[in-house]
Amino acid sequence: MLEVENLSAWYGEAQALREATLSVAEGEVVTLVGRNGAGKTTLVRCLMGLHKHLTGSVRLDGRDITTLPAHKRARAGLGWVQDDRGIFANLSVEENLLLPPRVSESAWTLEQVYDAFPALGSRRRAGGTTLSGGEQQMLAVARVLRTGARVLLLDEPSEGLAPVIVAQIGDIVRTAKQSGIGVLLIEQNVRFAATVADRHYLLAQGRLVESLDNDEFVERQDELLEHLGI
Amino acid sequence: MNAVLQYTVQGLAAGSFYALAALGLAVIFGVLGVVNFAHGAFYMLGAVAAAVLLDTVGMSLWLALIVVPLLMLVFGMLVERLLVRWLLPLDPLYNLLLTFGLTLLLVDLVKRRYGVSGLPYERPSALDGRVQLAGVGLPVYQLFVIGVALLVCLGVWLLMTRTRVGMIVRAATERPELAGALGINVGRWVTPVFGFGVALAGLAGVLAAPFRAITAEMGSDFIIILFAVVVIGGLGSIVGAVVGGFLVGLVEAFGQAYAPTFAQVLIFVLMAVVVLARPAGLFGREEATA
Repeated sequence: MLEVENLSAWYGEAQALREATLSVAEGEVVTLVGRNGAGKTTLVRCLMGLHKHLTGSVRLDGRDITTLPAHKRARAGLGWVQDDRGIFANLSVEENLLLPPRVSESAWTLEQVYDAFPALGSRRRAGGTTLSGGEQQMLAVARVLRTGARVLLLDEPSEGLAPVIVAQIGDIVRTAKQSGIGVLLIEQNVRFAATVADRHYLLAQGRLVESLDNDEFVERQDELLEHLGI
Repeated sequence: MNAVLQYTVQGLAAGSFYALAALGLAVIFGVLGVVNFAHGAFYMLGAVAAAVLLDTVGMSLWLALIVVPLLMLVFGMLVERLLVRWLLPLDPLYNLLLTFGLTLLLVDLVKRRYGVSGLPYERPSALDGRVQLAGVGLPVYQLFVIGVALLVCLGVWLLMTRTRVGMIVRAATERPELAGALGINVGRWVTPVFGFGVALAGLAGVLAAPFRAITAEMGSDFIIILFAVVVIGGLGSIVGAVVGGFLVGLVEAFGQAYAPTFAQVLIFVLMAVVVLARPAGLFGREEATA
């Protein structure tokens, strides 16, 4: 579904990504694990078309989207939840949900969103950033589900959230997976990653050093934690 | 008491021009990040266009209030497409310089064609004279200006808060990159928004035509006050532009009445006080530090 081949990226002279090749299949949850500065966010920004100094190719459902501008990638089915959640302060909760255009038949309706996230329904007229951190994260995820995005790019969705909220996010990711959505999950929280993902990529110094299935990942959890220095 | 009412109306009428033009300035700054120095010149062009259309084809003020802003909309879109657009990726200072240069060019072109002495404009007789209110004779035209300005400001506010276009403009103003990554083609809105802002300056100019001396230089003082208005209201804030505009108009009117030598100074004293108390202006948001 999402296929990335030999992706390299630079900031000026400094190379941030080195020939990364990865894929996410339909209904598959794949994590990208690595230290701060390993290149995780750079990779997602490349996928979204926000970082342009790169080589290699990105394909979505077989279609080459490497040179498309960001808004066309979103319309092609990439749903980005950025690491700071990206909620608009000048838009109400409902406007935040309605802003991005629908991109496929599997788009959620507002009713479905409010059923799944009652906290958003009861605050629909409130300003987007008046919500708590956890609610803003729910809003950010609900926003891309409402567009009907085919592949979700979630940048550290569990960061800074209470365990009970992290568990809810895990539930949403599993729901998305069941409906055939592919998820690329950037995580430093290895324990959380192990509860939702099918496969894991390990990113170090801009290079994908290993690809593990979830059983291996769980087995080597301590070693990985040490490597990550978390 | 009578005098206070009179100065209030006078101040709100003067503030109407500032509010309308500052609204345009705010929308342009919000979406493009461009401080449009040529806004005073666009205001002047609006007034000159109204005068020329009255003189040549006998177009009434009523019609000019619609036709001239539409012409300015097209003109503004052309300016964005042909000039401003090329400098958008660069430091905002380049567009400040560009629009400053454009101001000099437009002012000199108008001077060359229509001279420096000012164009005449006769207001429609329906808007002449005074109405009695609480024993005070208030100029009908000033009340008309205030009415039109309030109506347009209300319209823009509804457009910004109740429509999808307004929602997109608000999102693009706040975080253009994120709006793009969510599937909004932000670039598509840049040209119409610039044209819309210019049209508002043009509308202020048409309203000013029967009220102020129509000269090539009429925008020069105007733009200086306008910058004070947006600093007071908060750069990029729609509500701030309107409130700041009317506030500055009032300060100007009462200043001229009670302390004529200090009238202009008072505006900038107000600006200094506001900036000291709230650096981002009355309705501005503090820049989030990344």
